[in-house]
Amino acid sequence: MAGEESMAEKVLDIRSMTMTFGGLKALQEVDLSVRQGEIVGLIGPNGAGKTTFFNCLTGVYPPDSGDILLIPPDKKAIRLNGLKPNKITEKGMARTFQNIRLFQNMTALENIMVGRHCRTRAGVLGAILKGPHTRSEEKEIVSISYTLLHNVGLGQFVNEQAKNLPYGAQRRLEIARALATDPFLLLLDEPAAGMNPQETERLMDLIQTIRKSGVSILIIEHDMRLIMRISDRIVVLDHGVKIAEGIPEEIRKNEMVINAYLGTDEGAA
Amino acid sequence: MARFSREKILSDFRQSILVSVWFMLLTFPIMVIRVNTVQKTVQWKWERMLMLGVGVFFLSYIWRYLMERKENRPKDEDKIPWNQRLLSEKKYFYPFISVVFAFSVFLPFFVSEYRVNVLITAMIYVVLGLGLNIVVGLAGLLDLGYVAFYAVGAYSYALLNLHYGINFWLALPIGALLGALFGIILGIPVLRLRGDYLAIVTLGFGEIIRLILENWGKFSKGPSGIANIPKPGIIGLEMNRSQSILFIYYLMIALVIFTIFVVERLQNSRLGRSWVALREDEIACQVMGIDRMRTKLAAFALGATWAGMMGVVFAAKTSFINPASFTFMESAMILSIVVLGGMGSILGVILGALVLILLPEELRAFSQYRMLIFGLSMVLMMVFRPQGIISNVRRSYEYHEPAAAEGD
Repeated sequence: MAGEESMAEKVLDIRSMTMTFGGLKALQEVDLSVRQGEIVGLIGPNGAGKTTFFNCLTGVYPPDSGDILLIPPDKKAIRLNGLKPNKITEKGMARTFQNIRLFQNMTALENIMVGRHCRTRAGVLGAILKGPHTRSEEKEIVSISYTLLHNVGLGQFVNEQAKNLPYGAQRRLEIARALATDPFLLLLDEPAAGMNPQETERLMDLIQTIRKSGVSILIIEHDMRLIMRISDRIVVLDHGVKIAEGIPEEIRKNEMVINAYLGTDEGAA
Repeated sequence: MARFSREKILSDFRQSILVSVWFMLLTFPIMVIRVNTVQKTVQWKWERMLMLGVGVFFLSYIWRYLMERKENRPKDEDKIPWNQRLLSEKKYFYPFISVVFAFSVFLPFFVSEYRVNVLITAMIYVVLGLGLNIVVGLAGLLDLGYVAFYAVGAYSYALLNLHYGINFWLALPIGALLGALFGIILGIPVLRLRGDYLAIVTLGFGEIIRLILENWGKFSKGPSGIANIPKPGIIGLEMNRSQSILFIYYLMIALVIFTIFVVERLQNSRLGRSWVALREDEIACQVMGIDRMRTKLAAFALGATWAGMMGVVFAAKTSFINPASFTFMESAMILSIVVLGGMGSILGVILGALVLILLPEELRAFSQYRMLIFGLSMVLMMVFRPQGIISNVRRSYEYHEPAAAEGD
């Protein structure tokens, strides 16, 4: 499976990205790429720098050095370094958060509608005058958002405030909100955290459906069963360094990965 | 239920005794000791202490009952609040709005000129509150210097009229525009900050504007202010004093309606949603593709627009302005209106303004206790109804599913 897809075009290409916080090297010269239609898993022990990696990618922190290239299908590569988060989202990369960051007091539908922001235009005057263009745009926002909400299986929660949703539903809503920005690359930060086995199973189906719709996915996850089953390729980080990369079977057998997770004799000394 | 168990009754009793003893001690010097300076004697009024003690004892029971009720109140999430039904269901909304409209149109014929003047002031505060509501209630930016933009509007009319003879109707949009412009100018450096820092800096900017007006005598005539600002009129129509008050009254009704219309549309637009999202979570908001600075600036500038516009009306109404009208107290007042009324809720802010402006006028008899009542009601409000008189309800959307909705 990975063999035939490795021919596909890259959509994300990161070259030797480094990020330090004071003396702490959170990421050291990490290379990573995602090809079109691929699901890439990013794993590593706690504190390996996975979430920092996402934050650098999405412009929440500016990386110290390295290149982040986003390559929209059939278009020229865009260097993301130094761009603001909202600009990066506009280019077609969306994300979810490890600790759910929904707009708590807005309804589920409104959360997704906010995601449509960067794909719509109505400004102050448009809002006040509410001309035919604004009206049709608003209608479109509602219908797209509603469809997305339905597609992640939350149709019954349309006008429910986000904070009142069950935990698993909140995670799904975050994914729907990210999809509302029309991304071709989706970053998921521990989407299965805190989910029960049934919810995880449904989440896996959802991720596969998203991939089939043509969105490439980069996913951080601690649930090994999930990551081994859905990833085409896995990248392992430990202490900010990439220690392994390969298809799930290779990673499962890799000495360094096992050591990173379980510790070595030297490491314990 | 454990409510009437023996321990509960005993502990309640003990607590109330404690509270009343504490209050008796606290008020001992002012309530009991009466020094007669003429006869050089000291009177001990013990009976007052007893009365206070008994009073506080019962009050503490009432307080506890209210607190308990508040905590045990069943959460009726499914029930739609009356205010939302009033506004969203057409069969309630149109009769409601026409009654309010008719009432406010005919009101000036039944009350005194003084009352009409107070009503004009109240309506000015309604608009100011609605303007600040955009900044504080929707976008969640705590602005303590809102009065600065009010001053900008007032002085722009006064000065433009003084030097260039510009009339009210031209000054109204100019004041609004200048308000927006100042909003953007002040906003660019200030909006990089968040929360408490933003509050402090806006407070500072508000004071700076006032101090400039006070000290730059050549420009603003300093503390002595600008007098003889003409009232609004219509060309070819002479108006006496009471007619012109009436005119401003109707003008304000029109402006209030205009403001409600615009704010309501903004609230339910793409921009309004991004303000609320920004208030809820700044980082998530940016990652969803919203330009933080631009969105905040839009909120700040739009809020300032209303303040600028109301400044012009204020200058025209009083026909005299000086910097003393634009102190921090004004900002605090407008903020109280928004918080008391209900952040983010249009109806709430309107009620808040009417309560806070009209009630003190009606309670002139208790004028010495005005600040006391004001403070007490604020405290009670925040304890029992922190969301304001009318809480903001998110709009619900109805969507009629087309064939496409089969994804699950």
